[in-house]
Amino acid sequence: MLESYISLAMKSMFVENMALAFFLGMCSFLAVSKKVETAIGLGGAVIFVLGITCPMNQFLHDWLLREGALAWVHPDLASVDLSFLNFLVFIGTIAAMVQIVEMALDRYSPSLYNALGVFLPLIAVNCAILGASLFMVERDYDFGEATVFGIGSGIGWALAVIALAAIREKMRYSDVPPALRGLGITFMLTGLMAIGFMAFAGIQL
Amino acid sequence: MSATPGGLSKAQREALVDPLFNNNPIALQVLGICSALAVTTKMETAVVMSIALTVVLVGSNVVISLLRNYIPASIRIVVQLTVIASLVILTDQVLKAFVFDVSKQLSVFVGLIITNCIVMGRAEAYAMANGPFESMLDGIGNGLGYSLILIIVAFFRELLGGGKLFGIQLLPLVTEGGWYNPNGLMVLAPGAFFLIGCFIWALRAWKPDQIEAE
Repeated sequence: MLESYISLAMKSMFVENMALAFFLGMCSFLAVSKKVETAIGLGGAVIFVLGITCPMNQFLHDWLLREGALAWVHPDLASVDLSFLNFLVFIGTIAAMVQIVEMALDRYSPSLYNALGVFLPLIAVNCAILGASLFMVERDYDFGEATVFGIGSGIGWALAVIALAAIREKMRYSDVPPALRGLGITFMLTGLMAIGFMAFAGIQL
Repeated sequence: MSATPGGLSKAQREALVDPLFNNNPIALQVLGICSALAVTTKMETAVVMSIALTVVLVGSNVVISLLRNYIPASIRIVVQLTVIASLVILTDQVLKAFVFDVSKQLSVFVGLIITNCIVMGRAEAYAMANGPFESMLDGIGNGLGYSLILIIVAFFRELLGGGKLFGIQLLPLVTEGGWYNPNGLMVLAPGAFFLIGCFIWALRAWKPDQIEAE
Protein backbone atom coordinates (compact mmCIF):
# COMPACT_ATOMS: atom_id res chain seq x y z
CA MET A 1 0.00 0.00 0.00
CA LEU A 2 2.64 2.48 1.09
CA GLU A 3 4.88 1.38 -1.75
CA SER A 4 2.27 2.17 -4.36
CA TYR A 5 1.80 5.63 -2.80
CA ILE A 6 5.54 6.34 -2.88
CA SER A 7 5.73 5.12 -6.45
CA LEU A 8 2.77 7.32 -7.42
CA ALA A 9 4.33 10.32 -5.70
CA MET A 10 7.64 9.81 -7.52
CA LYS A 11 5.81 9.36 -10.79
CA SER A 12 3.78 12.55 -10.43
CA MET A 13 6.81 14.53 -9.26
CA PHE A 14 9.39 13.52 -11.83
CA VAL A 15 8.31 11.13 -14.56
CA GLU A 16 5.01 12.80 -15.35
CA ASN A 17 5.95 16.28 -14.30
CA MET A 18 2.95 18.57 -14.78
CA ALA A 19 4.90 21.39 -16.35
CA LEU A 20 7.52 19.56 -18.38
CA ALA A 21 5.69 16.46 -19.58
CA PHE A 22 2.10 17.69 -19.85
CA PHE A 23 2.71 21.41 -20.43
CA LEU A 24 0.26 22.32 -17.70
CA GLY A 25 0.40 25.63 -15.90
CA MET A 26 2.66 27.04 -18.59
CA CYS A 27 1.32 30.59 -18.49
CA SER A 28 2.30 31.30 -14.92
CA PHE A 29 5.29 28.97 -15.32
CA LEU A 30 6.76 31.35 -17.90
CA ALA A 31 5.54 34.56 -16.33
CA VAL A 32 6.64 34.03 -12.72
CA SER A 33 10.01 32.41 -13.37
CA LYS A 34 11.98 35.64 -13.56
CA LYS A 35 13.05 35.60 -9.92
CA VAL A 36 13.72 32.61 -7.65
CA GLU A 37 11.98 34.26 -4.71
CA THR A 38 8.60 34.71 -6.39
CA ALA A 39 8.95 31.28 -7.99
CA ILE A 40 9.31 29.71 -4.54
CA GLY A 41 6.26 31.62 -3.30
CA LEU A 42 4.07 30.59 -6.21
CA GLY A 43 5.40 27.04 -6.09
CA GLY A 44 4.40 26.79 -2.45
CA ALA A 45 0.94 28.17 -3.15
CA VAL A 46 0.45 25.70 -6.00
CA ILE A 47 1.50 22.72 -3.84
CA PHE A 48 -0.96 23.83 -1.18
CA VAL A 49 -3.89 24.43 -3.52
CA LEU A 50 -3.27 21.21 -5.46
CA GLY A 51 -2.91 19.19 -2.28
CA ILE A 52 -6.34 20.36 -1.13
CA THR A 53 -8.37 20.61 -4.33
CA CYS A 54 -7.37 17.27 -5.79
CA PRO A 55 -8.68 15.09 -2.92
CA MET A 56 -11.64 17.44 -2.47
CA ASN A 57 -12.67 17.09 -6.09
CA GLN A 58 -12.16 13.34 -5.85
CA PHE A 59 -14.57 13.31 -2.91
CA LEU A 60 -17.16 15.35 -4.79
CA HIS A 61 -16.77 13.22 -7.88
CA ASP A 62 -17.16 10.01 -5.91
CA TRP A 63 -20.16 11.05 -3.84
CA LEU A 64 -22.08 13.37 -6.14
CA LEU A 65 -21.12 13.29 -9.79
CA ARG A 66 -20.05 9.79 -10.77
CA GLU A 67 -22.58 7.52 -12.44
CA GLY A 68 -24.55 5.93 -9.62
CA ALA A 69 -22.82 8.08 -7.03
CA LEU A 70 -26.09 9.44 -5.70
CA ALA A 71 -27.29 5.97 -4.66
CA TRP A 72 -26.47 6.85 -1.04
CA VAL A 73 -29.19 9.52 -1.07
CA HIS A 74 -31.92 7.30 -2.47
CA PRO A 75 -31.71 3.98 -4.36
CA ASP A 76 -33.81 5.47 -7.18
CA LEU A 77 -31.04 7.95 -7.93
CA ALA A 78 -28.57 5.17 -8.74
CA SER A 79 -29.05 5.71 -12.46
CA VAL A 80 -28.27 9.43 -12.34
CA ASP A 81 -25.01 10.39 -14.05
CA LEU A 82 -23.93 13.94 -13.36
CA SER A 83 -20.37 13.54 -14.59
CA PHE A 84 -20.93 16.14 -17.32
CA LEU A 85 -20.99 18.69 -14.49
CA ASN A 86 -17.39 17.80 -13.60
CA PHE A 87 -15.88 20.91 -15.14
CA LEU A 88 -18.21 23.34 -13.41
CA VAL A 89 -17.93 21.74 -9.98
CA PHE A 90 -14.16 21.37 -10.15
CA ILE A 91 -13.51 24.91 -11.24
CA GLY A 92 -15.87 26.14 -8.53
CA THR A 93 -13.98 24.25 -5.83
CA ILE A 94 -10.69 25.52 -7.15
CA ALA A 95 -11.80 29.15 -7.35
CA ALA A 96 -13.11 28.98 -3.77
CA MET A 97 -9.87 27.42 -2.48
CA VAL A 98 -7.74 30.01 -4.21
CA GLN A 99 -9.82 32.75 -2.63
CA ILE A 100 -9.19 31.22 0.81
CA VAL A 101 -5.45 30.91 0.22
CA GLU A 102 -5.39 34.51 -0.97
CA MET A 103 -7.12 35.78 2.17
CA ALA A 104 -4.84 33.68 4.41
CA LEU A 105 -1.70 34.96 2.72
CA ASP A 106 -2.92 38.56 2.89
CA ARG A 107 -3.40 38.14 6.62
CA TYR A 108 -0.29 36.18 7.58
CA SER A 109 2.34 37.00 4.97
CA PRO A 110 1.71 40.38 3.34
CA SER A 111 5.18 40.48 1.78
CA LEU A 112 4.59 37.22 -0.09
CA TYR A 113 1.08 38.42 -0.95
CA ASN A 114 2.48 41.54 -2.56
CA ALA A 115 5.24 39.66 -4.34
CA LEU A 116 2.79 37.24 -5.92
CA GLY A 117 0.46 40.07 -6.85
CA VAL A 118 -1.77 39.24 -9.77
CA PHE A 119 -0.50 35.67 -10.04
CA LEU A 120 -2.30 34.50 -6.96
CA PRO A 121 -5.81 34.86 -8.40
CA LEU A 122 -4.37 33.38 -11.58
CA ILE A 123 -3.74 30.09 -9.77
CA ALA A 124 -7.49 29.61 -10.19
CA VAL A 125 -6.98 29.47 -13.93
CA ASN A 126 -3.69 27.61 -13.67
CA CYS A 127 -4.24 24.58 -15.85
CA ALA A 128 -2.07 22.44 -13.59
CA ILE A 129 -4.71 22.62 -10.86
CA LEU A 130 -7.71 21.76 -12.99
CA GLY A 131 -5.57 19.35 -15.02
CA ALA A 132 -4.69 17.35 -11.90
CA SER A 133 -8.38 16.99 -11.02
CA LEU A 134 -9.26 15.89 -14.54
CA PHE A 135 -6.39 13.39 -14.67
CA MET A 136 -7.54 12.11 -11.30
CA VAL A 137 -11.00 11.37 -12.78
CA GLU A 138 -9.60 9.90 -15.97
CA ARG A 139 -7.28 7.55 -14.07
CA ASP A 140 -9.85 6.65 -11.44
CA TYR A 141 -7.78 7.43 -8.34
CA ASP A 142 -9.24 6.78 -4.90
CA PHE A 143 -9.14 9.35 -2.10
CA GLY A 144 -5.65 8.43 -0.83
CA GLU A 145 -4.17 8.28 -4.30
CA ALA A 146 -5.76 11.61 -5.20
CA THR A 147 -4.13 13.25 -2.16
CA VAL A 148 -0.71 11.81 -3.00
CA PHE A 149 -1.12 12.67 -6.65
CA GLY A 150 -2.18 16.25 -5.87
CA ILE A 151 0.71 16.95 -3.52
CA GLY A 152 3.20 15.09 -5.71
CA SER A 153 2.35 16.95 -8.89
CA GLY A 154 2.35 20.21 -6.95
CA ILE A 155 5.89 19.52 -5.74
CA GLY A 156 6.90 18.56 -9.27
CA TRP A 157 5.52 21.80 -10.68
CA ALA A 158 7.17 23.85 -7.94
CA LEU A 159 10.53 22.14 -8.55
CA ALA A 160 10.33 22.86 -12.25
CA VAL A 161 9.41 26.53 -11.83
CA ILE A 162 12.11 27.14 -9.20
CA ALA A 163 14.75 25.43 -11.35
CA LEU A 164 13.73 27.49 -14.37
CA ALA A 165 13.84 30.71 -12.35
CA ALA A 166 17.34 29.87 -11.15
CA ILE A 167 18.51 29.27 -14.71
CA ARG A 168 16.91 32.49 -15.92
CA GLU A 169 18.67 34.47 -13.20
CA LYS A 170 21.98 33.14 -14.53
CA MET A 171 20.89 33.83 -18.10
CA ARG A 172 21.03 37.55 -17.43
CA TYR A 173 24.79 37.43 -17.96
CA SER A 174 24.49 35.73 -21.33
CA ASP A 175 24.44 37.37 -24.72
CA VAL A 176 21.20 36.15 -26.27
CA PRO A 177 20.27 37.15 -29.85
CA PRO A 178 17.81 40.07 -29.56
CA ALA A 179 14.87 38.33 -31.22
CA LEU A 180 15.24 35.33 -28.94
CA ARG A 181 15.37 37.33 -25.70
CA GLY A 182 12.74 36.76 -23.07
CA LEU A 183 10.04 34.36 -24.19
CA GLY A 184 11.94 32.62 -26.99
CA ILE A 185 14.98 31.58 -24.99
CA THR A 186 12.74 30.60 -22.08
CA PHE A 187 10.98 28.11 -24.32
CA MET A 188 14.33 26.66 -25.39
CA LEU A 189 15.41 26.39 -21.75
CA THR A 190 12.19 24.66 -20.81
CA GLY A 191 12.73 22.24 -23.67
CA LEU A 192 16.20 21.39 -22.39
CA MET A 193 14.81 20.95 -18.87
CA ALA A 194 12.12 18.65 -20.25
CA ILE A 195 14.84 16.53 -21.83
CA GLY A 196 16.58 16.45 -18.45
CA PHE A 197 13.41 15.32 -16.71
CA MET A 198 12.91 12.60 -19.31
CA ALA A 199 15.89 10.89 -17.73
CA PHE A 200 13.53 9.98 -14.87
CA ALA A 201 11.27 7.98 -17.18
CA GLY A 202 11.24 4.30 -16.44
CA ILE A 203 12.35 4.66 -12.83
CA GLN A 204 10.35 2.25 -10.67
CA LEU A 205 10.42 2.16 -6.92
CA MET B 1 -14.05 55.67 -37.74
CA SER B 2 -13.72 55.38 -41.50
CA ALA B 3 -15.37 52.49 -43.28
CA THR B 4 -13.12 50.12 -45.19
CA PRO B 5 -14.03 47.95 -48.20
CA GLY B 6 -14.83 44.93 -46.07
CA GLY B 7 -17.75 46.79 -44.50
CA LEU B 8 -15.94 46.89 -41.17
CA SER B 9 -14.50 49.96 -39.52
CA LYS B 10 -10.75 50.21 -39.05
CA ALA B 11 -10.95 49.40 -35.36
CA GLN B 12 -13.12 46.39 -36.08
CA ARG B 13 -10.71 45.11 -38.68
CA GLU B 14 -7.82 45.56 -36.29
CA ALA B 15 -9.64 43.51 -33.67
CA LEU B 16 -9.92 40.74 -36.24
CA VAL B 17 -6.50 40.81 -37.91
CA ASP B 18 -4.12 42.08 -35.25
CA PRO B 19 -4.01 38.90 -33.17
CA LEU B 20 -2.66 36.92 -36.14
CA PHE B 21 0.86 38.34 -36.18
CA ASN B 22 1.06 41.72 -34.47
CA ASN B 23 -0.46 40.71 -31.17
CA ASN B 24 -0.49 36.95 -31.28
CA PRO B 25 -2.04 35.42 -28.14
CA ILE B 26 0.65 32.77 -27.83
CA ALA B 27 3.79 34.45 -29.13
CA LEU B 28 3.31 37.90 -27.63
CA GLN B 29 0.58 37.87 -25.01
CA VAL B 30 1.90 34.56 -23.57
CA LEU B 31 -1.60 33.19 -23.18
CA GLY B 32 -2.92 29.69 -23.62
CA ILE B 33 0.37 27.92 -24.05
CA CYS B 34 -0.50 24.82 -22.04
CA SER B 35 -2.87 23.29 -24.53
CA ALA B 36 -0.96 24.66 -27.49
CA LEU B 37 1.90 22.32 -26.69
CA ALA B 38 0.03 19.27 -25.57
CA VAL B 39 -2.31 18.66 -28.50
CA THR B 40 0.13 19.31 -31.31
CA THR B 41 1.63 15.88 -31.87
CA LYS B 42 -0.86 15.36 -34.70
CA MET B 43 -2.55 17.67 -37.18
CA GLU B 44 -5.96 16.13 -36.54
CA THR B 45 -6.05 16.86 -32.82
CA ALA B 46 -4.58 20.32 -33.39
CA VAL B 47 -7.31 21.24 -35.89
CA VAL B 48 -10.12 19.93 -33.68
CA MET B 49 -8.66 21.74 -30.68
CA SER B 50 -8.33 24.98 -32.66
CA ILE B 51 -11.96 24.82 -33.73
CA ALA B 52 -13.13 23.98 -30.21
CA LEU B 53 -11.17 26.83 -28.71
CA THR B 54 -12.29 29.36 -31.30
CA VAL B 55 -15.95 28.41 -30.78
CA VAL B 56 -15.64 28.75 -27.01
CA LEU B 57 -13.71 32.00 -27.31
CA VAL B 58 -16.24 33.61 -29.66
CA GLY B 59 -19.13 32.37 -27.53
CA SER B 60 -17.69 33.57 -24.26
CA ASN B 61 -16.65 36.93 -25.71
CA VAL B 62 -20.15 37.58 -27.05
CA VAL B 63 -21.96 36.41 -23.91
CA ILE B 64 -19.69 38.31 -21.54
CA SER B 65 -19.85 41.39 -23.71
CA LEU B 66 -23.66 41.25 -23.61
CA LEU B 67 -23.59 40.85 -19.85
CA ARG B 68 -20.81 43.34 -19.22
CA ASN B 69 -23.04 46.07 -17.85
CA TYR B 70 -24.79 43.75 -15.43
CA ILE B 71 -21.79 41.97 -13.90
CA PRO B 72 -20.64 43.47 -10.58
CA ALA B 73 -16.87 43.94 -10.66
CA SER B 74 -16.28 41.98 -7.47
CA ILE B 75 -17.70 38.70 -8.76
CA ARG B 76 -16.82 39.04 -12.42
CA ILE B 77 -14.24 36.23 -12.37
CA VAL B 78 -16.80 33.76 -11.08
CA VAL B 79 -19.35 34.86 -13.68
CA GLN B 80 -16.78 34.61 -16.46
CA LEU B 81 -15.69 31.16 -15.32
CA THR B 82 -19.29 29.96 -15.20
CA VAL B 83 -20.02 31.20 -18.72
CA ILE B 84 -16.81 29.66 -20.04
CA ALA B 85 -17.28 26.37 -18.20
CA SER B 86 -20.84 26.00 -19.55
CA LEU B 87 -19.62 26.60 -23.10
CA VAL B 88 -16.81 24.09 -22.64
CA ILE B 89 -19.24 21.47 -21.34
CA LEU B 90 -21.32 21.99 -24.50
CA THR B 91 -18.27 21.70 -26.73
CA ASP B 92 -17.07 18.61 -24.91
CA GLN B 93 -20.45 16.89 -25.30
CA VAL B 94 -20.55 17.76 -29.01
CA LEU B 95 -17.04 16.41 -29.53
CA LYS B 96 -17.87 13.22 -27.66
CA ALA B 97 -20.98 12.76 -29.80
CA PHE B 98 -19.46 13.38 -33.22
CA VAL B 99 -15.70 12.77 -33.13
CA PHE B 100 -15.32 10.35 -30.26
CA ASP B 101 -11.82 9.13 -31.24
CA VAL B 102 -10.34 12.60 -31.34
CA SER B 103 -12.14 13.51 -28.14
CA LYS B 104 -10.47 10.52 -26.44
CA GLN B 105 -7.05 11.65 -27.68
CA LEU B 106 -7.60 15.20 -26.49
CA SER B 107 -8.51 13.68 -23.10
CA VAL B 108 -8.34 16.33 -20.40
CA PHE B 109 -7.34 19.12 -22.71
CA VAL B 110 -10.86 19.97 -23.86
CA GLY B 111 -11.76 20.54 -20.22
CA LEU B 112 -8.66 22.63 -19.85
CA ILE B 113 -10.05 25.17 -22.33
CA ILE B 114 -11.80 26.53 -19.21
CA THR B 115 -8.48 27.49 -17.72
CA ASN B 116 -6.99 28.45 -21.05
CA CYS B 117 -5.80 31.95 -20.32
CA ILE B 118 -6.76 33.15 -23.81
CA VAL B 119 -10.45 32.78 -23.05
CA MET B 120 -10.24 34.40 -19.62
CA GLY B 121 -7.74 36.96 -20.80
CA ARG B 122 -9.80 38.15 -23.74
CA ALA B 123 -12.99 38.18 -21.69
CA GLU B 124 -11.31 40.30 -19.05
CA ALA B 125 -9.28 42.53 -21.36
CA TYR B 126 -11.63 43.01 -24.29
CA ALA B 127 -15.18 41.74 -23.89
CA MET B 128 -15.71 43.55 -20.56
CA ALA B 129 -15.10 46.88 -22.31
CA ASN B 130 -16.47 46.48 -25.84
CA GLY B 131 -19.72 45.73 -27.64
CA PRO B 132 -20.81 42.24 -28.68
CA PHE B 133 -19.94 42.60 -32.39
CA GLU B 134 -16.39 43.85 -31.77
CA SER B 135 -15.97 41.19 -29.11
CA MET B 136 -17.03 38.54 -31.58
CA LEU B 137 -14.42 39.77 -34.08
CA ASP B 138 -11.81 39.87 -31.34
CA GLY B 139 -12.75 36.30 -30.42
CA ILE B 140 -12.43 35.11 -34.01
CA GLY B 141 -9.12 36.95 -34.43
CA ASN B 142 -7.56 35.55 -31.29
CA GLY B 143 -8.95 32.11 -32.03
CA LEU B 144 -7.31 32.23 -35.44
CA GLY B 145 -4.02 33.51 -34.01
CA TYR B 146 -4.02 30.58 -31.61
CA SER B 147 -5.00 28.13 -34.37
CA LEU B 148 -2.25 29.45 -36.61
CA ILE B 149 0.49 28.57 -34.13
CA LEU B 150 -1.13 25.27 -33.20
CA ILE B 151 -1.33 24.19 -36.82
CA ILE B 152 2.20 25.31 -37.68
CA VAL B 153 3.63 23.47 -34.67
CA ALA B 154 1.53 20.36 -35.35
CA PHE B 155 2.56 20.42 -39.02
CA PHE B 156 6.26 20.22 -38.14
CA ARG B 157 5.80 17.79 -35.28
CA GLU B 158 3.76 15.30 -37.27
CA LEU B 159 5.82 15.64 -40.45
CA LEU B 160 9.24 15.43 -38.81
CA GLY B 161 8.21 13.11 -36.01
CA GLY B 162 6.41 10.49 -38.07
CA GLY B 163 6.58 11.53 -41.72
CA LYS B 164 2.79 11.92 -41.76
CA LEU B 165 0.16 14.61 -42.19
CA PHE B 166 -3.40 13.95 -40.99
CA GLY B 167 -2.30 10.34 -40.52
CA ILE B 168 -1.34 9.92 -44.20
CA GLN B 169 2.24 8.74 -44.75
CA LEU B 170 4.04 11.35 -46.85
CA LEU B 171 7.67 10.51 -46.17
CA PRO B 172 8.34 6.76 -46.40
CA LEU B 173 10.00 5.58 -43.17
CA VAL B 174 13.26 3.68 -43.01
CA THR B 175 11.55 0.95 -40.98
CA GLU B 176 9.16 0.39 -43.87
CA GLY B 177 11.81 0.38 -46.60
CA GLY B 178 11.72 4.14 -47.31
CA TRP B 179 14.39 6.77 -46.81
CA TYR B 180 13.06 8.99 -43.98
CA ASN B 181 14.41 8.44 -40.49
CA PRO B 182 11.81 9.92 -38.11
CA ASN B 183 12.99 12.46 -35.56
CA GLY B 184 11.64 11.06 -32.31
CA LEU B 185 12.38 14.27 -30.41
CA MET B 186 9.57 16.03 -32.26
CA VAL B 187 6.92 13.69 -30.83
CA LEU B 188 8.15 14.17 -27.27
CA ALA B 189 7.47 17.18 -25.07
CA PRO B 190 10.81 18.97 -25.59
CA GLY B 191 10.30 19.13 -29.35
CA ALA B 192 7.23 21.29 -28.89
CA PHE B 193 9.13 23.74 -26.69
CA PHE B 194 11.93 24.06 -29.24
CA LEU B 195 9.49 24.58 -32.11
CA ILE B 196 7.53 27.33 -30.34
CA GLY B 197 10.81 28.93 -29.28
CA CYS B 198 11.98 28.94 -32.91
CA PHE B 199 8.61 30.26 -34.11
CA ILE B 200 8.83 33.17 -31.67
CA TRP B 201 12.42 33.76 -32.78
CA ALA B 202 11.38 33.90 -36.43
CA LEU B 203 8.36 36.12 -35.71
CA ARG B 204 10.41 38.61 -33.72
CA ALA B 205 13.24 38.67 -36.24
CA TRP B 206 10.55 39.60 -38.80
CA LYS B 207 8.83 42.16 -36.54
CA PRO B 208 11.60 43.62 -34.37
CA ASP B 209 9.22 45.85 -32.38
CA GLN B 210 8.08 42.74 -30.47
CA ILE B 211 11.54 42.17 -29.01
CA GLU B 212 11.53 42.32 -25.22
CA ALA B 213 13.71 44.90 -23.54
CA GLU B 214 16.13 43.26 -21.18
